[in-house]
Amino acid sequence: MSEPLYTLKCGKAGCFYPEYERKADLKDQTHYCPGCGHGITHKLMAEAIDELGIQDRVILVSPVGCSVFLYYYFDVGNVQVAHGRASAVATALKRARPEAIVISYQGDGDLAAIGSAEILHSANRGENITVLFVNNGIYGMTGGQMAPTTPVGAKTTTTPRGRNVWNDGYPLHISEVLSSLEGPSFIERVALGNPKQILQAKKAIRKALEAQIKGLGFSLVEVLSPCPTIWKMDPVEAQRYVREEMTRIYPLGAKRDRLAEAAPRPLPEAPPPLEEIPRLLKIDTRPSPPSARHLEGLEDRIKIAGFGGQGVLLLGQLIAEAGMDDGLEVSWLPSYGPEMRSGTSNCHVRLASKPVDSPLVTRPNILLAMNEPSLRKFLPDVADGGLVLYNGQHVPEDCHRPGVRVLAMPFAEMADSIGSAKAGNIVMLGALMALHPVLPDEKIDGALKRLVKTERWLELDRAAFACGKNAALELESCHA
Amino acid sequence: MMTVEAPPKVDKGRVAINREICKGCGLCVEACALHVLALSHEINRFGYHPAVYQGHGCNGCALCFYACPEPAALEVYKLEA
Ligand SMILES: Cc1ncc(C[n+]2csc(CCOP(=O)(O)OP(=O)(O)O)c2C)c(N)n1
Ligand code: SF4
Ligand code: SF4
Ligand code: SF4
Repeated sequence: MSEPLYTLKCGKAGCFYPEYERKADLKDQTHYCPGCGHGITHKLMAEAIDELGIQDRVILVSPVGCSVFLYYYFDVGNVQVAHGRASAVATALKRARPEAIVISYQGDGDLAAIGSAEILHSANRGENITVLFVNNGIYGMTGGQMAPTTPVGAKTTTTPRGRNVWNDGYPLHISEVLSSLEGPSFIERVALGNPKQILQAKKAIRKALEAQIKGLGFSLVEVLSPCPTIWKMDPVEAQRYVREEMTRIYPLGAKRDRLAEAAPRPLPEAPPPLEEIPRLLKIDTRPSPPSARHLEGLEDRIKIAGFGGQGVLLLGQLIAEAGMDDGLEVSWLPSYGPEMRSGTSNCHVRLASKPVDSPLVTRPNILLAMNEPSLRKFLPDVADGGLVLYNGQHVPEDCHRPGVRVLAMPFAEMADSIGSAKAGNIVMLGALMALHPVLPDEKIDGALKRLVKTERWLELDRAAFACGKNAALELESCHA
Repeated sequence: MMTVEAPPKVDKGRVAINREICKGCGLCVEACALHVLALSHEINRFGYHPAVYQGHGCNGCALCFYACPEPAALEVYKLEA
């Protein structure tokens, strides 16, 4: 009699990597504790992927939590994301690659605590993604802190006397909350409490993926899952706890199922081709001409400060843009209060021959102070050997500093005499370029042409620049 | 009197457990209604008592497979029809 023939019915799913490369002695094993529900959920997800024949299309988003290493196991597209952000990243992936099947795998700390905003809005927008929500009622990875899903009375490291509803609120029923929204097409809660429940979980996961494949919109399966380690139970006891206790708190079943009647969502509009983007954003992509002069070792740290409305930010922008056009490395960082006019504002500008490390200017070598409070506030920060231009008749008695050149000129009044006090900032720019000539006039003029919108103001600013420059040159020649 | 040996009863299924991958959680043992699985007294290289099949009596229902959290610890085979 011939040997009876047996064929493999159930084994390691095809979309798992043949070997896991995280650690040499864990190449055949997951990193999960014995009896952990993540392993079972992985197997169910893997089988559904294989059965639906979508391995080549799946992009799996790994969360933060015990399942952070998901990407070591699944031979699919993988992205690992910041805590709680999985469904937001899944949204982006799906919109950028509508043909992909995007699965956001998240724990209950990840999804129901730090990521509660992301999941709510992804569901409400009906994003065509599938979320596998593994609810073990605890933060596993970090050692057992209370999650929003923790049962009332459960002792955790953050509820040592047991979860108390008056202090900690009630277990959050994510599936029910999300089912109150219009967006989702499929939501079901399942459990891993015995093989029968596990087989039902498998069906639900498959259905959720089918909803996405059909383009019906947001689908989610909440999996009540054992965490024997943190629950301090052996695996069989933890499984019983899921079956008997968790399912009492969290009723099983489909909460939303529109698979039969929902119409596919329209595909997102195709994005514009990459080449089009600079034009759409009105960005000038012409390469800036190489610097005519070689400003080897230039390292200007400029602080410009004044009242809102004095053109402080525009002045900084002009310097930065002219520098950029001249082939320098530049940065411009505005800093202002919520008010549009009055209030104070300042900006940080860096001009350098080498790449700028930080846009912050804490120790300026140039201070442009449009008013006295700004002079007083920032003068102590100016580096030795620095230059300070102050918008005033004279430097206040107590604002002289050895080793720092502080010059007062009535920039606003000078501007007023040629047309408008508002051009005081440009008069100041002219003076700066006379005393510290690091940028060619034509680059400043180019930046002015770009940033000043009306012809009248452009003419006034050109005159203001010349006025400031000449006045400062005259001052220098008197000194000389 | 002539006696005819009854043909040996052929099991409908078979289960294979990789003792080095198994973590000894016992969920497969719990899942098997026919009680043909048990945890071994021996320990594997990670210090777990792996599950073992008693060698006969499996009907290939695969409930143990679905209960098992380790993707490659346990395989179920079915008798060819
Ligand atoms: C921004 C941020 N905050 C906090 C943490 C710490 N942290 C890591 S995992 C985790 C909770 C994980 O719990 P859950 O999502 O339930 O997953 P489990 O480990 O139970 O599978 C927290 C709070 C972090 N990594 N990043
Ligand atoms: S701590 Fe809990 S959730 Fe994390 S691997 Fe262990 S059993 Fe699983
Ligand atoms: S396949 Fe069924 S009968 Fe065979 S060992 Fe597994 S649970 Fe028991
Ligand atoms: S369920 Fe899997 S890991 Fe657990 S004892 Fe059985 S074979 Fe081993």
